Amino acid sequence: MSAQLQFRNVTLGYDRHPAVHHLAGEVAKGALLAVVGPNGAGKSTLFRGIVGLLKPLSGAIERGGLGIRDIAFLPQSADIDRSFPLSVFDFVAMGLWRDAGAFGGIRARRRERVQQALAAVGLTGFERRAIGTLSGGQMQRMLFARLMLQDARLIVLDEPFNAVDAKTSADLLHLVEHWHAEGRTVLAALHDMDLVRNHFPQTLLLARGAVAWGDTAQVLTPDNLIAARQMCEAFDDEAAACAAETASARAA
Amino acid sequence: MVHDLLIAPFTEFEFMRRALAGVVALSLAGAPIGVFLMLRRMSLVGDAMAHAILPGAAIGFLLSGLNLFAMTFGGLIAGFAVAILSGVVARNTELKEDAALATFYLASLALGVTIVSMRGTNIDLLHVLFGNILALDDQTLLVIAFNATVTLLTMAIIYRPLVVECVDPVFLRTVSRAGAPTHLVFMALVVINLVNGFHALGPLLAVGLMILPAGIARFWSRDITGMIAVAVVSAALSGYVGLVLSYHAGVPSGPAIILMAAGLYVVSVLFGSVGGLLRQWFPGRHLEA
Repeated sequence: MSAQLQFRNVTLGYDRHPAVHHLAGEVAKGALLAVVGPNGAGKSTLFRGIVGLLKPLSGAIERGGLGIRDIAFLPQSADIDRSFPLSVFDFVAMGLWRDAGAFGGIRARRRERVQQALAAVGLTGFERRAIGTLSGGQMQRMLFARLMLQDARLIVLDEPFNAVDAKTSADLLHLVEHWHAEGRTVLAALHDMDLVRNHFPQTLLLARGAVAWGDTAQVLTPDNLIAARQMCEAFDDEAAACAAETASARAA
Repeated sequence: MVHDLLIAPFTEFEFMRRALAGVVALSLAGAPIGVFLMLRRMSLVGDAMAHAILPGAAIGFLLSGLNLFAMTFGGLIAGFAVAILSGVVARNTELKEDAALATFYLASLALGVTIVSMRGTNIDLLHVLFGNILALDDQTLLVIAFNATVTLLTMAIIYRPLVVECVDPVFLRTVSRAGAPTHLVFMALVVINLVNGFHALGPLLAVGLMILPAGIARFWSRDITGMIAVAVVSAALSGYVGLVLSYHAGVPSGPAIILMAAGLYVVSVLFGSVGGLLRQWFPGRHLEA
């Protein structure tokens, strides 16, 4: 099976400091991959790199020919201005951007799609509610409805089940599995190891670099998890330039 | 009686009709811009940029007196320069954008007043600082109407990316490259509308007809479309009542218009259906669901 994502010795970070260091490997088309690791392991940074919000410091990420509109991203919801006077319906309709663009009208057929997405996440009846009035769990359901409408080949979820109750996370997980069954590639950053073991066939254990990557059962071993926990959270303004980088530059 | 009070000033005097046309045009374009300024938490940025326009218009005045095009052009150039410069300073230094703007606008105001005083009289200075809505000539009115038309058409084009950029900028960046251009076009519209209000109300009060109606709207609607409608209507209403008041009471018209808007704002804070104080104090019995 061909690769949907290829990491070519990619280093991602901010202001020359790496957060994900020399990651290499690939994600097959249609994979359902959990990305696991301690806080500060670089999960969010890796996702920002994948969806094109962050340019690699070195190396490259190949997206198997996907454009930015073919990738749907669920960031941590802190990025959303919930005080903006917008209805749930209009917010979810943003997911039609790929289809409707900046000017396309939202007529009957598209309104129907929005309604279906709202129904799929259990938010029927919330259409006219202002987004600021939703609870945390309802907010996450609304974001999933928007993701559905994006109809993307690659779906990247940053801590999708954080701060939501068991029922909501079960409902949303069901959607994730549905996307997987449809042949879409799904990546999710997660902290709940039981959930990963039970529902995600593959796992990347990240601690700045890949500690282990492959079948979930083989990745989430006690030894690997301890190794990840001991990840160095080094951040040094006086740090020397990366040695591996210097060597590869010299070779080139 | 009612006719004499409310309608006669406009049927009898052409300058009143022009003033009304001007203030309606300013309301139509400026109020929607103000709503977005407020929602983007940029109300003070608008105020700062209004000050920044002053030295540009003052240089226009220095070169060719109270000439419409020289002052408009000068104001536009100064406004764009400050918008870009403060953005550059905020992005490339430790200073946040609001601090950068505060510096720019204080310096701009001082510079503008100095330049006008070098050549003009105190009357000129008053005219440049506070505009004169009762002295709009055909040319000025056409410029105001033209700018308002351009603003409304441009807003129609950038409306969707602008809303998405306000609510969820990260989402916009993941589906489109329209984010940065949309922000720039919006800032350009802010400058154009400030310069537009400049002739009628002066740079210091021009921003009032944008921000105050936006503040009023927040208390009457939970929906962006509704807010824009409320803002436009309350801006035009303030303009009309302000002109009537200035005609009968002999007070300066620009400040009268802004005071009317401020009065509407106070009423909205008290009685507004969305988060007004009265609603908070007397919410009524709670509902079943």
